[in-house]
Amino acid sequence: MSILLILEQVLNGLQFGVMLFLMAAGLTLVFGVMGLINLAHGALYMVGAFAAAAVAGLTGSFLLALVASLAAAAAAGAIVEVAVIRRLYDRDHLDQVLATFALILIFSEGTRWIFGSFPLFLDVPDYLSGPVSLPGGIEYPLYRLTIIAIGLVVAAALFWLIARTRIGIQIRAGEADREMIAALGVDISKLYTLVFALGAALAGLAGALVGAIQSVQVGMGEPVLILAFVVIVIGGIGSIKGALVGAVLVGLTDTLGKVFLPQFFGLFLEPASATSVGASLASMLIYILMALVLLVRPSGLYGGST
Amino acid sequence: MLTRETTLNIALAATLLAVPLLALAMDEIFIITLATKVAILALAGVGLNIALGIGGLVSLGHAAFFGIGGYAMGILAAHAQNYEPIMEVPFLIEGTNQMPIIWLIAIVASALAALVIGALSLRTSGVYFIMITLAFGQMLYYFAISWSAYGGEDGQSIWVRNEFPGLNTLDPIQFFLIAYVILCLVLVFSARLARSPFGLALAAARQTEERVMTVGLTPFHLRLVAFVISGAITGLAGALYADLNRFVSPTMLSWHTSGEIMVFVIIGGVGRLFGPLVGAAVFILLEHILGGFSEYWQIFLGLLLLLMVLFARGGLIGAIVGREVAHD
Amino acid sequence: MKAIKTLALATAVSALAMAAQADTKIGMITTLSGGGAGLGVDVRDGFMLAIEKAGRDDIEVVIEDDQRKPETAVQLADQMIQSEKVDIMTGIIWSNLAMAVVPAATAQGVFYLSPNAGPSALAGKRCHENYFNVAWQNDNLHEAAGAYASAEGFKNTFILAPNYPAGKDALTGYKRMYKGDLAGEIYTKLGQTDYAAEIAQIRASGADSVFFFLPGGMGISFLKQYADSGVDLPVVGPAFSFDQGILQAVGAAALGVKNTSQWNKDLDNAANAEFVAGFQEKYGRLPSLYASQGYDTANLILSALEKADVSDKDAFRAALEAAEFASVRGEFKFGPNHHPIQNIYVREVIKEGEVFTNKIIATGLEMRGDAYAAECKM
Repeated sequence: MSILLILEQVLNGLQFGVMLFLMAAGLTLVFGVMGLINLAHGALYMVGAFAAAAVAGLTGSFLLALVASLAAAAAAGAIVEVAVIRRLYDRDHLDQVLATFALILIFSEGTRWIFGSFPLFLDVPDYLSGPVSLPGGIEYPLYRLTIIAIGLVVAAALFWLIARTRIGIQIRAGEADREMIAALGVDISKLYTLVFALGAALAGLAGALVGAIQSVQVGMGEPVLILAFVVIVIGGIGSIKGALVGAVLVGLTDTLGKVFLPQFFGLFLEPASATSVGASLASMLIYILMALVLLVRPSGLYGGST
Repeated sequence: MLTRETTLNIALAATLLAVPLLALAMDEIFIITLATKVAILALAGVGLNIALGIGGLVSLGHAAFFGIGGYAMGILAAHAQNYEPIMEVPFLIEGTNQMPIIWLIAIVASALAALVIGALSLRTSGVYFIMITLAFGQMLYYFAISWSAYGGEDGQSIWVRNEFPGLNTLDPIQFFLIAYVILCLVLVFSARLARSPFGLALAAARQTEERVMTVGLTPFHLRLVAFVISGAITGLAGALYADLNRFVSPTMLSWHTSGEIMVFVIIGGVGRLFGPLVGAAVFILLEHILGGFSEYWQIFLGLLLLLMVLFARGGLIGAIVGREVAHD
Repeated sequence: MKAIKTLALATAVSALAMAAQADTKIGMITTLSGGGAGLGVDVRDGFMLAIEKAGRDDIEVVIEDDQRKPETAVQLADQMIQSEKVDIMTGIIWSNLAMAVVPAATAQGVFYLSPNAGPSALAGKRCHENYFNVAWQNDNLHEAAGAYASAEGFKNTFILAPNYPAGKDALTGYKRMYKGDLAGEIYTKLGQTDYAAEIAQIRASGADSVFFFLPGGMGISFLKQYADSGVDLPVVGPAFSFDQGILQAVGAAALGVKNTSQWNKDLDNAANAEFVAGFQEKYGRLPSLYASQGYDTANLILSALEKADVSDKDAFRAALEAAEFASVRGEFKFGPNHHPIQNIYVREVIKEGEVFTNKIIATGLEMRGDAYAAECKM
C-alpha cells in the first residue's frame, strides 16, 4: 500500500473525527455545565439534517439550508430544554436516561410522521462538489475538506467562547460551582437554555453537513450518538479539548482499523475469512479503545472527577 | 402486619398467574404468550434491579447478559437438533435440549461475562460506568452480527422449544408456568438478598462509601458480586426469552434492549421488588394497545414515558403505595 | 382489545369492507415503524390495492407491525396463528425475520407467501410445501448483476457488502455468475454511513468496475460519496439501492447507474400498466419494487382462491403452484422449491422530468430459478 493511500486514509479518519467533534462538543458541554446526560442529542442531529433537506429542497441554497439546520436544531433544543430538560437537572442520571430515551422515540416517529418513511434528498452544492488535487497527487473531495475546515473553525470558536467571553466565564463558573454562579446574579436558567441550544445547534449543523453526503433518514442520529458518547468518555466528560482529541482518536481508529485489519489478517488467513474476521474486529475496535482508555484513566484523557 | 407494598406485591403475583389461566379458559392462547413474555422480561428486570436498585449501578449494557443467555440456548439447542457436537477435541461437548442444563449454562456463561465486564467497568463510576457498560454491550452486538457460525444478523432459529422433564413445553400454559415459577423463586431470592447483610452493605455502599469501608468491606467487591448476580439472572431470562421465541438474534444484544430492560425497572420503581414486573407488564400492554391505534404509536409511548419520569417519581409502585418504603 | 384491533384495521384499510364472517383470513406481519418502514408500507399498499380491486368481501386482512425486530415478529406470528387463526401469512421484509417466523408458521399448517425476503435456507434444505416465495431468492438480483458485468466485459471488479449473512450471500451470488477477476472484496460494518476509506481503496485498486450491495441508507450514503469522490468507474448493484422510494434521496449521484431487478414500471404488459396507474391514483406516488411484489402476492392468493378453498390445503397448494395470475412482471412461474422462475432485468437510472426513475436496458438472466432448488426435498 502506497504512502499516498495511507495519507488519504488518515485524512478520511480526520474528517470523520471532526464530524464527530461537532456532535460530541454539544454533548460534553451540556454534561459539563448542567450535569445532564442527553441521549436525545442524536435526535437534534436528525432535526438539523431534515431542516436542511427541507430548506434546500424549497430554496435550492445550501447556505440557507445550513442556517436552517442551525436555527431548527437550536429552536428544538431550546423548546425541549424549557419543556422537559430543565426538570431533570436535579434528578439522577437514571431519570435523565429514561426521559431522553423517551424524547428519542418522540422525535424519531414525529419526524417520520411529518416527512414520511423514505429518506430525503440533500446534496453537496455544485461549488463544493468533486475532488481537488492535493500536494503529492491525492485526489480528495472538496466537500470533505470543507467539513474539516468548518469543524476546526467551530472548535477554535468554542475554545475562544469559553476562554475569552462573558458567557464562557459563566459556563466555566457553572461547571465549578452551581450555587456560586446563581449567587453572583447570573440568570442561571437562561444560561442553561442558551448552552443547551448551542449544543443542539452544533449537532444540527453536523447533521446537515453530513446529510449532504449520507442519507437523511429517521434514526440517522443514533449510531452517531453512540460514537459521540464514546468520544466524550474517551476525552473526559465536560472537556471540549478532550472531545476534540477523543473525536480525532476515534475517527482515526475506526477508519484505519477497517482498512488495515483485513489486510493484517490476510497475512495468515485465507482472503475470504480474513476480510470477514478483519471487518468484525474493526467494528468492535473503537469500543475496545474506549475500554482500554478507561482502564488506564477511569475518567477519560482530560476528565476531572465524575 | 403487611405493608401496603407487600399487599400490592401479592396481588400482582396473583394477577400474573390469574390472567393466563383465565385466558386459557377463554381460549385466548395469545394472552398466555404475552403473559409469558411479561414474566420473562420482568425476570430480566429483576436481575438488573439488583445492580441498579440496590447497588446503584446504572448499567446500560445488560443486553449483553440477556443476549449471552439467549445464545447459550441457541447454540446448545442447535447442536442438539443437528446431532453435531459443539467440540470434539480436547474432549467431547455435545449440545442439549434439556432446559435445566441450558439454564445452568446460561447462568454460568453470563455470570462469567459479568465478572469480566464488571471487574473492568467498576473501576469507573457515574456516567463513565453507564458508557463503558454500553460499550461492552456494543462490542458483543457487533461480534454477534458477524458471527456467521450461528446465523450472524439472521440469528439462530431452533425449530422446537427445548424440553423440561415431565412437562410439554410446547403447550403455552405449561411454558408460562415454568417462567412464572422461576420468576417467583428469583423474586424470593432477590427479596432475601436485599435484606441480607450483603444486601444491606451494598445499599450502604451506594449511599456512603466511607461507612462501608470503615467496617472493613470493599465497595468494589460488593458491587462486583452484585453485578455478577445481576448479570446471571438477566442471562437466565435471556435463555427463557430465546426459548419463548424459539429464536435468538443479535437484536437481543442491542442497546435498545438494554434501554428497554432499564425502562421496565424505572417504570415500576427502582429498587422496588416487584417494580420490574409492573414495568414489563405496563410496557407490553402499551406496546400492544397503542400499536393497534396508530403506525406512530411510539410517539405516544414516548410521551407516556416522559410523563412518568416527570410526574410519577419512584415509579408506578411508588405512586401507588406512597413513600413508605423500607429499602433506604 | 379485539375491538381496538378491528378499529385500527378498519382505518388502515378504510375502503375494505369488513365481513362479519370472513372465509379467508390473511395475516400480514410487516415493518411499519422505525428505520425500514418504507419497504413495509409499500408491500402493504401494493397488497391492499390488489385486494380492494378484487372487491371480495370474504377476505379479511389482519395487519401488524413487527418494528423490524425478529422477536416481535415471532410473537406476532404466534398471535396470528393461535388467536386470529389465520389461514395465510405474508408481509415480512427482512431475511432474518423470515428465518425466525416462516419455519414455525409452515410447521403449524399455515401457508406463508413471502413478498420480499428469500433466504437461501428456505429455498434449499429448509424448504416447505406450504412456503412460497413471490419475490426472488436472495441471490437472484446479485447473480444477474454478475452476469451483466461479465456480458459487459468487466474483467476486474471491486465488490463490497455489509458484514452480515445477506451481505455474504450477495457477494457469493455475484461471484457465481461473474467470470472476471476481483480487484478487491470488502465487508463493511452494518449500518455504516461513511465510505471514504472504502472509496479510497477502490480508487487505489485498479478496478475497472464496482459492484455493491448496501441496502437502505447505506447505499444512499455510498452513492453520494462515490459520485463526489471523482472515481468514475461503472457501478452495478441490485435494485434495492435504486428503488423508487429512495432514488429521490440519492439524486443525480445515481444517474446512469445499472441495477438489476425482476420488475420495472415500464415493463410492457397489461397487468403492469393497470398496477402502475392504479397505485399512482390511490396513493399519489410511483409504485416501488416492493409495492409490485406485494401486489403480485395478493393476486397470486386471489387466483388460488378462485380455484380452491383454503381449507382444502392440497387443492389450494396446487392452485398456488400453478401461479395462474397476471403478474406485473410478465411471465412468472414457480420452480420445484416454490421459488420464482423469472427474468431478471438490467435497469438504468434516468430522470423523467423532475423524478428519478429506472428504465430497462437489457435482460440480465432469462427465466432464472435459483441455485438451491436441488437441495430442497419436499
